[in-house]
Amino acid sequence: MLKNIRYAVAVAAVIAGMPIAATAQSGDTIKVGVLHSLSGTMAISETTLKDTILMMVDDLNKHGGLLGKKVEAVVVDPASNWPLFAEKARDLLSKDKVAAVFGCWTSVSRKSVLPVFEELNGLLFYPVQYEGEESSNNVFYTGAAPNQQAIPAVEYLMSGEGGSVKRWVLEGTDYVYPRTTNKILEAFLKSKGVPPEDIRVNYTPFGYSDWQTEVAAIKSFASAGKKTAVVSTINGDANVPFYKELANAGIKASDIPVVAFSVGEEELAGIDTKNLVGHLAAWNYFQSVKNPTNEAFIRQWHDFIKDPKRVTNDPMEAHYIGFKMWTHAVEQAGTTDVDAVRQAMYGQKVKAPSGFVEVMNTNHHLSKPVMIGEIQSNGQFDVVWQTKQAIKADAWSPYLAEDKGKVADWSYPWVCGNCTKPKYTN
Amino acid sequence: MVLMLLAAALPARGQEFATFLAALRADSFADKEQAVAALGKLGDGRAVAVLTALKDGRLLKAPDGRVIISQPPNLIDPMTGEVVPDLTADALDRVHINNRLRGAIEGALGELTLFSADPAARLAAARDAVRHPSVDGAVLLEKAIAAEKEADIRAAMQQSLSAARLLSGSKQEKLAAARALGTTTDPQIKNLLDQFRAASESDPELRQAADAALASIKHRLWLVGLLANLFQGVSLGSVLLLAAIGLAITFGVMGVINMAHGEMIMLGAYAAYVCQQVFRAFLPVGWINGYLAAALPVAFLCAGAVGVALERTVIRRLYGRPLETLLATWGVSLILQQTVRSIFGSPNREVANPSWMTGGFDLIGGFTVTWNRVCIIFFCLTVLAALALLLNRTSLGLQMRAVTQNRPMASVMGIRTARIDALTFGLGSGIAGMAGVALSQIGNVSPNLGTIYIVDSFLVVVFGGVGNLLGTFVGALFLGIVNKFLEPVAGAVLGKIVVLVTIILFIQRRPRGLFAPKGRSAEAEA
Repeated sequence: MLKNIRYAVAVAAVIAGMPIAATAQSGDTIKVGVLHSLSGTMAISETTLKDTILMMVDDLNKHGGLLGKKVEAVVVDPASNWPLFAEKARDLLSKDKVAAVFGCWTSVSRKSVLPVFEELNGLLFYPVQYEGEESSNNVFYTGAAPNQQAIPAVEYLMSGEGGSVKRWVLEGTDYVYPRTTNKILEAFLKSKGVPPEDIRVNYTPFGYSDWQTEVAAIKSFASAGKKTAVVSTINGDANVPFYKELANAGIKASDIPVVAFSVGEEELAGIDTKNLVGHLAAWNYFQSVKNPTNEAFIRQWHDFIKDPKRVTNDPMEAHYIGFKMWTHAVEQAGTTDVDAVRQAMYGQKVKAPSGFVEVMNTNHHLSKPVMIGEIQSNGQFDVVWQTKQAIKADAWSPYLAEDKGKVADWSYPWVCGNCTKPKYTN
Repeated sequence: MVLMLLAAALPARGQEFATFLAALRADSFADKEQAVAALGKLGDGRAVAVLTALKDGRLLKAPDGRVIISQPPNLIDPMTGEVVPDLTADALDRVHINNRLRGAIEGALGELTLFSADPAARLAAARDAVRHPSVDGAVLLEKAIAAEKEADIRAAMQQSLSAARLLSGSKQEKLAAARALGTTTDPQIKNLLDQFRAASESDPELRQAADAALASIKHRLWLVGLLANLFQGVSLGSVLLLAAIGLAITFGVMGVINMAHGEMIMLGAYAAYVCQQVFRAFLPVGWINGYLAAALPVAFLCAGAVGVALERTVIRRLYGRPLETLLATWGVSLILQQTVRSIFGSPNREVANPSWMTGGFDLIGGFTVTWNRVCIIFFCLTVLAALALLLNRTSLGLQMRAVTQNRPMASVMGIRTARIDALTFGLGSGIAGMAGVALSQIGNVSPNLGTIYIVDSFLVVVFGGVGNLLGTFVGALFLGIVNKFLEPVAGAVLGKIVVLVTIILFIQRRPRGLFAPKGRSAEAEA
């Protein structure tokens, strides 16, 4: 009987794909934590990021490891459950004693683990573009802040090359990232002289699937004689039905371009893009970028995942940069001690697959290039515009009144992520 | 500028064509745009092929300075129209375009295609001309109208001509144009009329004409809006109904709280994906449009088989224990999700609409009806009718109803109740699978697909009255239409909340839903 139960449990576990072989080698290993959802709603995006870190670890070990030791990835599954993120983070830091954690996707999961990392003085590398308004001493933000994605995208659409857009639909899923981003965008648009009646803001629930009314509303909002664009902060699962409805309603990119901040190569893989050619996305990296670093990155990914059809995307690139920077910082510090590594992180440079040298700043954010890509029929993006050099991230938006005077700078004399006065004065 | 000089220096037409063609190789989008506009004006037949290829991303740059059209499997030199043998498409760089350029190409092509031999292209060009009314356009349209033989295309051209004249014609022309445009239902034309009204403030006669046209168009737009809401409501209702029909059997008729119902839908959607991949890989290209015909039975059988297995192994042991059933089926739903995730991976899978389900048509100006929605409405009605026939007109249906209404009596009459239970559950699951095929045409195909629909499905079944197909039908349509009429007023988030609260209040008043239930669940309550 007991044997039967054990057997059943083992089978269930195999079916559920739960066991992640953490091949623990006793003794000299350095552990890094991977905190990405492998089940639940966010698994769709986060599983790939787990694989990216495993790929980087694998590569590092092949090249002799770190400080003469093997590196071992400890993979946990917080199952798209925000409180569980905090629990798993605590386990990683206090039980597994990992040197750094690579993880989180949604802002709410990051907010959930933040107190744990601050309490236990851990290091989190967060790879996703987000709404800004944060700078913790225990987090390195390797994705874009709003001024590295949302604002340049809107500026591009306003320019002659982008179509001189005059009227704006801000379309988002109803949670913290779209709401904050749209607040910043609204303030920015108004500062550029766009009248309030030319801005339409709309929110829909998570996983929203019936876009008929909203697409019809966008169409009629756009028929007011001014060039109109849609700025989409629609999250993951709701995008496919949105784009399908757009395509079928005959909205072409040359009439009403849609620029998205959460749609990358991975998301497009689930959509038939023939009728979406020309709609836009703003990121800091596209798979279609041509340079030797990117070619090597893509080859490495295909070799590791053993499927030449899998795509790369921006958050993967962010993890690539974050992981490289961390290994460089550990080597420089000669230890995995968090405080030493953190100091060594500032000013770390990595030649990124985006083709630019990206630098970690003392506000814990990167300087990144901004690229605008148009969707092609093969599910890839064509870069139609990019910044000349990497742009430094603003943790606090200059367009929001409540952020006035706030500075994020963890070097002397500020040593603070959210201050209007330096910590040390003399 | 260089371009203009070049254009002036080379008078011969063929030469010009070559020059502009070469100019498409430029790096800056602005230079390319000039070349596109020039090609459009040239009136050279070869330009159509070049511009179409450019728009579709099939225009390539050869290293020797030529521009080449890719027409798989061949490469074609647009100058001569002959096949280029010595190059391969993979080795060449594409001519990149952006949205602005795409708009310019469409404009240029539109002018060229007003005289195209293809009626569909002419109609599209005629309709497109409304969007950029101009004096040049009016002249072209007049010529096109004179040459046009087909009445509906001529009407579309006439409308675009009116729009062009509204802003640039003589007073008499303007008056006639305003009168003609008052009978349309296009918000774009309303906007044109608004501009016209503002521009003709000084002339009372023109202003009057504008006001009359605006009043008429506003009334029509309101009617169209109503119609659009109604259609969208019915369409949402049909989606809800499809998702809920299977549940109406497993929960409604059998009384099993099946939390894995959504996963049956998901399995159906993945069946559609697999069929599509098989068609793409093994069958001739033209057959791909028929993959849905294969997907429906496959989805029905797969989901049905999983349903039967589920009933035999888990649910059978839990009859009469709703709480345990709920937990067990929820567990099963997680296992199914993770299994699919392990097999297909967690990212969304792409299921393309067959070409006959792509796009839509303008029912009336400004109101687009999309084909996939129309197909789903009809499919949903067909499934419902077939199910009603099966339940009411076949011996299997009779046995199902007998077992649900009085199990001991049915058993005494010689019906193998256990087998009927399995079949009924399999039928409900199979229908959910077919619903999955339909839903794959409008939404995601991901392991989480089921969780999106499970709550709505229960809502529909409970609201409509447990155990009643008619109730499910009316409930789904009602919820769909109410939702769509609320949404423009209250927004999607608030609209959903209002609907939920309404249903909670309604269930408080009438716990058994719209139509009083029959069947095992009613017995259990009695």
